[in-house]
Amino acid sequence: MGGYGDVKLLREDGLRLDGRKVDEMREVQIEAGVLPAAEGSAWVKHGLNVAVCAVYGPMEAHPRKIQRQDRAVIDVRYNMAPFSTSDRIRPGFNRRSREISKVTAEALESVVLVERFPRSKIRVEIEILAAEAGTRCVGITAAAVALADAGIPMRDLIVGVASGKIEDTVVLDLDKAEDNYGQADLPMGILPTTGEIAFLQMDGDLSVEEYNTCMEYNLKAAREIHVLMVDALKRRYTEKNGGEA
Amino acid sequence: MGWRVAGLGEKEMSGAKKGAELRLVTPGEAIGASSGARAGTGTLIMGDNIIATRVGWAKEFNGVTSVDPIHAAYMPRSGDLIIGVVESVRNNLWFADVNGPFNGLLPMSLAPWKVEFGAAREQMDIGDIMLARVQEVDEAHNVVLTMKGVGLRRLKEGIMSEISMNHISRLRGDGDSTLRQLKEASDCRIIVAENGRVWVDGDSDGIAFMRTVLDLVRNEGHKATFSASMEALIEERRNA
Repeated sequence: MGGYGDVKLLREDGLRLDGRKVDEMREVQIEAGVLPAAEGSAWVKHGLNVAVCAVYGPMEAHPRKIQRQDRAVIDVRYNMAPFSTSDRIRPGFNRRSREISKVTAEALESVVLVERFPRSKIRVEIEILAAEAGTRCVGITAAAVALADAGIPMRDLIVGVASGKIEDTVVLDLDKAEDNYGQADLPMGILPTTGEIAFLQMDGDLSVEEYNTCMEYNLKAAREIHVLMVDALKRRYTEKNGGEA
Repeated sequence: MGWRVAGLGEKEMSGAKKGAELRLVTPGEAIGASSGARAGTGTLIMGDNIIATRVGWAKEFNGVTSVDPIHAAYMPRSGDLIIGVVESVRNNLWFADVNGPFNGLLPMSLAPWKVEFGAAREQMDIGDIMLARVQEVDEAHNVVLTMKGVGLRRLKEGIMSEISMNHISRLRGDGDSTLRQLKEASDCRIIVAENGRVWVDGDSDGIAFMRTVLDLVRNEGHKATFSASMEALIEERRNA
């Protein structure tokens, strides 16, 4: 990051290469309950990213050594499909997916009421079918919808959003070129109702002012995505209900 | 965590839908002020608000704000009649999957047979199905099962199927009325256990009819038209 200063990422008219404004998000679509075998599931399309998430459990935690006597453990498996990027990804766990699985699990543990299910396990499987920068955020959003769909008690939904810096300008929701050739990237997991932050990573450097702008953009985007998440969950049941209770 | 967590008394609330105004809510959604109201199941007090913790129908009943979850895991409670599947066997006890977050434990002392130490498998092996009752659930969520009681036994024939927890009351109907009609129409023995498992035994025709009924419950159990569809199905069977 920051090593490709000659790549132009902002146009003359101030817009970004794909025509978005600096504080404009890529299009987001969310569906809940897409997988029949899972207890809860979600499909999220964020720009060209596509993620599917399935939630199983709560179930007895095996092997027994992973059990916690006072709470449930959240077992997250984030995986990118081999065909999700232009370069084929070698199937299986790698250093990156292990890291993302870990941070996602920690973010989800802060919203799920894990103390309700001691000694049990909640399995969250995130599969990235298509990737275009920001897949960890899409994964978190998908996981939140899938967990709610599975009826797991949570104190809020959690939204994954990112902003960053390109050509010394703070922009919301980096796409692939901006992520690869930009100067900084700040993905966050935000609890939209309270504005709490459950997950934050930073790649590159940001000044305090730039950080504050990123923060403001992320909060705005989180609230927008939250509306879509709630809509997806409600749509699933009202359509199933024929519009009635 | 500093949040006041509502209790786990899901069962009493789930039947009391009548007359209450229903609203579909999602986790984190504020459903009322915390002053003057009590937080029931599926809710949490956060600051000045009562918030929902699950996707479900919010309602207020006798000053208690609660959420009837649309989808919920089975939480074992003592006295529940359950259908368990043996998951592992030790020398003198069985572990059963009870369709919930925790496995149930059936000790030899609460089994209906007396077998030699180490011969537990001879009575019930992995994969066998049992009709049991929850003897006790302690604070660490250890679930102890018992098979001492009228009718509690190993289920050797018939079929077992699963339905979602919130559909149990719909399959049973008011005061088990629907279930009685189904038993009569299908000429089958039917047990609807508290953990969402249903056992059916009878002739193949009756079982086939019950499979259709359970499919209806799974696919249309949410709908307002469910009762009418169920009645139509029973009527069709009676006239056949």
